[in-house]
Amino acid sequence: MSLRQRSVPYWLLAPGLLWLILFFVVPMYFMGELALRSGSVTTGFTLTWEWSNFGDSLSGHTEQILRSVFYAGTATLLALLIAYPLAYAIAFRAKRFQLLLLFAVVAPFFTTYLIRTIAWKTILSDSSPVVSVLQTLQLVPQDGRVLATSGAVIAGLTYNFLPFMILPLYANLERLDGRLIEAAKDLYSSSTQAFLRVTLPLTMPGIVAGVLLTFIPAFGDYVNAQLLGGTGQAMVGNVIQSLYLSQRAYPEAAALSFLMMALILAVVTIYIRFAGTGAFMGDEEEAK
Amino acid sequence: MSAPARAWAWLRHNALLIYAGLAVTYMLIPIFVIAIFSFGDTPKDKLTYALGNGFTFEYWETMFSLPELNEALFTSLRLAFFSTLIATAIGTAMAIALVRHKFRGRHVSNLLIVIPMATPEVVIGASLLSMFIYYSFSLGFTTLLIAHVMFSISFVVVVVRSRLIGFDRKLEEAAADLYASPFTTFRTVTLPLLAPGILAAGLLAFALSIDDFVISNFNSGTTVTFPLYVYGVSLRGIPVQVNALATLLFLVAVIAAGLVVWQQRRAEKMAAVRPETEAKPVTA
Repeated sequence: MSLRQRSVPYWLLAPGLLWLILFFVVPMYFMGELALRSGSVTTGFTLTWEWSNFGDSLSGHTEQILRSVFYAGTATLLALLIAYPLAYAIAFRAKRFQLLLLFAVVAPFFTTYLIRTIAWKTILSDSSPVVSVLQTLQLVPQDGRVLATSGAVIAGLTYNFLPFMILPLYANLERLDGRLIEAAKDLYSSSTQAFLRVTLPLTMPGIVAGVLLTFIPAFGDYVNAQLLGGTGQAMVGNVIQSLYLSQRAYPEAAALSFLMMALILAVVTIYIRFAGTGAFMGDEEEAK
Repeated sequence: MSAPARAWAWLRHNALLIYAGLAVTYMLIPIFVIAIFSFGDTPKDKLTYALGNGFTFEYWETMFSLPELNEALFTSLRLAFFSTLIATAIGTAMAIALVRHKFRGRHVSNLLIVIPMATPEVVIGASLLSMFIYYSFSLGFTTLLIAHVMFSISFVVVVVRSRLIGFDRKLEEAAADLYASPFTTFRTVTLPLLAPGILAAGLLAFALSIDDFVISNFNSGTTVTFPLYVYGVSLRGIPVQVNALATLLFLVAVIAAGLVVWQQRRAEKMAAVRPETEAKPVTA
């Protein structure tokens, strides 16, 4: 190959990589740098290598961090429980309904995220029939509310990130060789055994990808907590948003946000080392 | 078999499908709620929507009568248009490089494309804002455009890439055998066959841009997009027109997605892209 031919991929990649480096990688550096400054909006922020900002941002918001882990964790678990049988049904049982069901799974993306969440706010509001049904069933106390509780925030997170769980699971299940399950049954395994020892292990990559793709955005989300939660349901995302945009305490906000990025980068890097980038790219070719 | 036993057997046999129907209904509930409430005759002074007063077409008729909403929607459309154009062009080029070429730095390029997709939006928004603060860059349409292109690129690459992987390269070889230059081959064979994938990627980029709230909220300055407008008014009660508009946008998106699926099916029927046949797709 000539030099000219060999340079072709670089020319094709250059604009995109440049954009991603300039507006994704470099901003991370500036966020880290901002986290080491001190000062206020009125006096300006000077670089004083304030390493303690990182520790302070963690200790000052332990409550919200733990809450985020709990909310996002619960939502991810719920999403997995809802999504697995659904993805299984779409992959193996749906037949002529397959396209219709897949369409319904992605349909929520066709309306604005914010408006969908506001719709849930309407559905769960105190005067809504849903809430009175829940009260009649004694699932919610007679005078209790649904809106502005932890439950509402977790339900919102589960709903909003459910497609991110369903799609990787479906992609994984769809590629599953049905003959393997038949083979297990031929060898006298029960349906349950076949599921636990063949289907489930083979769909582990889909489960892990789905869990990551659900947990990460749910962990960083602040829209659900803001719209569906009350004062006691703030998550890390709310803290970062409020520190940046209302209080303008940039160094503290940057420190917290930087730590969140570091944590997620670590998790994703470990995942990619084991599973390759395939699950995110939507195919197995890039899996190592 | 008795009737109840038969019913039980049927239920057991179809349990999973029934479950799927219920789960999918749950996913569609907010969409129905938005659509239904766009017809609800809500008193103007109310904060929450009401249906008790019956139904009306008023809010569909007056959909474009709120100047602030119009302006926000127009800003969003303009932003989504330019962001889609840039992200689709750049992303398609990247996808071609990744699938068609072997080169050093492939792995790093893949990482750089994947990691933004796995980053919480709040971090993307915050880091961009940090950089803009450092350079005292004034926030507005430009910063929004930079951000929207940035988060759209990865998704464009993923979509176009999956299309390229299922691509029968024999057609290009045939064109080359018939003395077509590489550029002519690309223009007359590759591009038309790739078109549905590029179209799908473009639609996704458009949808992502028009839907984005979190990242925009950090980098908008005083510019107001559609989601930012909705957020702004959500505290004092959202005009019912927003529901009508959201329903209209939903219908447009459904039709657009339907067209893409139809076009892809047609392209597959033309036997150009056959991931399932024995003609093994060429992958790099």
